[in-house]
Amino acid sequence: MKHFFQALSLPVKSRAYPFNAPDGKVANLFRPDRKFHRDEEESELVVRDLNVYIKEQHILKEINLAIPDKKITCIVGPSGCGKSTLLKTFNRLIDSVEGARVSGKVLLNGTDIVSSSGPEIIHLRREMGLISQKPCPLPMSIFDNIAYGCRIHGIRNRKKLRLVVRHYLEAAGLWEEVQDRLNTPAIRLSIGQQQRLCLARSLAVEPRFILADEATSALDPISSKTIEELFVKLKQNYSIVMVTHTLRQALRIADNVIFMYLGEVIESGPAERVFNRPEHKLTRKYLSGVFS
Amino acid sequence: MMTIRVLKDKTAGGIMFFLTLSSMLLVVIMGIGLFLKSAPVFEEHSLGELLFSSSWKPMRGEFGFLPFIMGTIWVTVIAVVMAVPVSLLTAIYLTEYARPVVRKYVFPALDILAGLPSVIYGVWGTLLIVPFISGWLAPRFVDFSTGYTMLAGGIVLGVMILPLLVSLFIELITSVPEELREASISLGATRWQTTKAVVVRAVLPGLVAAVVLAVSRALGETIAVLMVCGNLPEIPGSLFDACYPIPALIANNYGEMLSLPLYEAALMFAALILFIVVLLFNLVSRVVLYRIEKTFS
Amino acid sequence: MKLKFLEEKLFKILMTGAMLTVLAFVVSIIYSILTKGWGAMSWDMILKLPGGGFYIGKEGGFLNAIVGSVYIVGISTLLGLLISIPVVFYLNIYLKRRSQIAYIARIAYDVLFGIPSIVYGAFGFTIMIYFGLKTSLLGGIIVITLLIIPIFIRSMDEVARQFPREILDASYSLGATRLETIRVVLRQIAPGIATATLLSVGRAIGDAASVMFTAGYTDSIPTSLSQPAATLPLAVFFQLSSPIKEVQDRAYAAALVLTLIVLLLSVLGRYITNRFSKHKLK
Repeated sequence: MKHFFQALSLPVKSRAYPFNAPDGKVANLFRPDRKFHRDEEESELVVRDLNVYIKEQHILKEINLAIPDKKITCIVGPSGCGKSTLLKTFNRLIDSVEGARVSGKVLLNGTDIVSSSGPEIIHLRREMGLISQKPCPLPMSIFDNIAYGCRIHGIRNRKKLRLVVRHYLEAAGLWEEVQDRLNTPAIRLSIGQQQRLCLARSLAVEPRFILADEATSALDPISSKTIEELFVKLKQNYSIVMVTHTLRQALRIADNVIFMYLGEVIESGPAERVFNRPEHKLTRKYLSGVFS
Repeated sequence: MMTIRVLKDKTAGGIMFFLTLSSMLLVVIMGIGLFLKSAPVFEEHSLGELLFSSSWKPMRGEFGFLPFIMGTIWVTVIAVVMAVPVSLLTAIYLTEYARPVVRKYVFPALDILAGLPSVIYGVWGTLLIVPFISGWLAPRFVDFSTGYTMLAGGIVLGVMILPLLVSLFIELITSVPEELREASISLGATRWQTTKAVVVRAVLPGLVAAVVLAVSRALGETIAVLMVCGNLPEIPGSLFDACYPIPALIANNYGEMLSLPLYEAALMFAALILFIVVLLFNLVSRVVLYRIEKTFS
Repeated sequence: MKLKFLEEKLFKILMTGAMLTVLAFVVSIIYSILTKGWGAMSWDMILKLPGGGFYIGKEGGFLNAIVGSVYIVGISTLLGLLISIPVVFYLNIYLKRRSQIAYIARIAYDVLFGIPSIVYGAFGFTIMIYFGLKTSLLGGIIVITLLIIPIFIRSMDEVARQFPREILDASYSLGATRLETIRVVLRQIAPGIATATLLSVGRAIGDAASVMFTAGYTDSIPTSLSQPAATLPLAVFFQLSSPIKEVQDRAYAAALVLTLIVLLLSVLGRYITNRFSKHKLK
């Protein structure tokens, strides 16, 4: 099977598909032949008066936010402040939380996520790639993990699938490491590789946003640095929202920072301003490490 | 494209929900069906008469279920009394003491025991237990016994519920968190003291529920018991008398039940008794077991 | 101080004894069936139908019962799977983890699982009378299907419940619908489903009390759904109650066949569980 695969991938190389710029870096993170066109489009995510209750608990209180396009936005705050819940409302995974009620609006380019239903949810989940804390490869081969989303969204052609898989594995910096064993179960990869695989898998369905829920906290320092670097590279094409526990990570890569505390947004704005001249007392306390 | 996918998703969900609901409702339909079928017998006999009279003469329209009820209860009691200590000790041994090698060989053996058909137990009972009772055990206590006795039924039934009890017990005991044991052992308790005072106490309601579940399984067991217990419609006086449990009554007489008036209704009433008792026992024990599963997970 | 070690010793002996008792029962049952059955076994037994005068000890075998059991169990298994697989997916994928409906449904199936097969038989019989059916292959199939649905559902549900929730979320966040996500789940739990199926088939093939009412018994192989059908457990049961030794021998041979089938299914189930767990998450 491996030989079969290698044999098939040869002509792809020789055709010199414009994946790689001459210096070997990924030139364009979108696939050239992508299915959903939008590269020049602006996209915006606006949250208005969002309230979330789980059972009787008020988890998110009156959230008002705007997530800027093609930037890295970090949500920071002590654990239990509702950061993950906020991410879940963005891609409607909140639906599978028992007893959750959501009110208010989350607008993606003018379409309300909260009140959307049926096909809209499916559509918006595609728009919002999720990277979870613990990498979660689907129980299938490396190849099928990436191809899964594409197949679901209607790409059946095997040749095309191979191109897509290769492209996004390259984009996630994983191609070199796994090209010889695309048909082995994804679960056999190291945990850092798994996380990059999940990233590639999300990219393969062509999202606008990447939602990362403490995506590096389960990884070793080297893998987490790789992911960070990837994010910085990816922001030229994607808007990235990441929840993080480590302030230093936010300092390193954030363009925008949102500070949350007990379900409320205390302060938000450009990273440089929030970190250097925090306006709110709580933010100052948090940044100086009084609570974490 | 997306609409079609969501439509498919919704349609499949609808069909699945329908299947789920209708298969769940089988419980209700079964109860109603048996009740309607047994209704005619209530028109001529009161419930008290049916349950507490011991005169069983279908030809004359007398349906007293007491002998059968007593037979069922006795056989079940014998089975449970014998099976519970053995299975509890086995389960504790396997979870707390046994080395992995032992488990590796005992678990498949238990699976085999659990998987054997009822009729095989019956054959085994007639081959081994019945001769053992008539030839060796009974002569020491009574003058004569055919061996087809309540005791034989109880023994066979006891062996049949062993694997169920052992697996339920094992499941419960392994659900106790390891920290509890460590806490006790680090206080200087022996393994057995820990088991007795911490592990068993922690899951005691579960153990009771498991026994109730096994009782309900034993109540309905038909063929194996039928083959060894003698089947005489009299209230058994000793372990070496024949008895006639309710399931055996139904199984033995289904052929002629359409020939006599009310006979069918009476037999359906017998099935209804079984149904109700087993339903209640199952409900209670399952709810208890779920609660325990929840507290430890 | 000494006492507690003495107690420990005593109970250790008791426990070992208990376990050996259980094992002794297993060995004794298997051994007695094997030896008794092997003595009465011949090719005629499994390849021939009962001849004339079969029940007074003449020629013939119990092919009718083998074929009848295979018909009933085969068709019931297919029908049962068709109904229970969607139910299992509904409970585990469409419903939320702590859903009330799922909780009630699980209890309902547990209760159904606990209801004795003789009650299923009696209930099946009333249904058949209601629809004007006689004891027949169809009746047997209906009642065995009803009997194994809860067994199927509960044993597959146990497998499906172990499936990590995060994988579902990962699939949803790629824009997959729940129906499409089933494919992912199916891959992972397929070995579990296979094992559950084999175990339930073992149950179904050994059940006598329910088919007694509904499938009847016959010396020939049924050629249509409306004809009665013999089954292996009933072949054992009826022939053992005969006073003639040759007929009893056939009961033992039939018991041997039945035991071997059940053992084979159990071994196969174990093999599948051990063999197919390539993608399994630890």
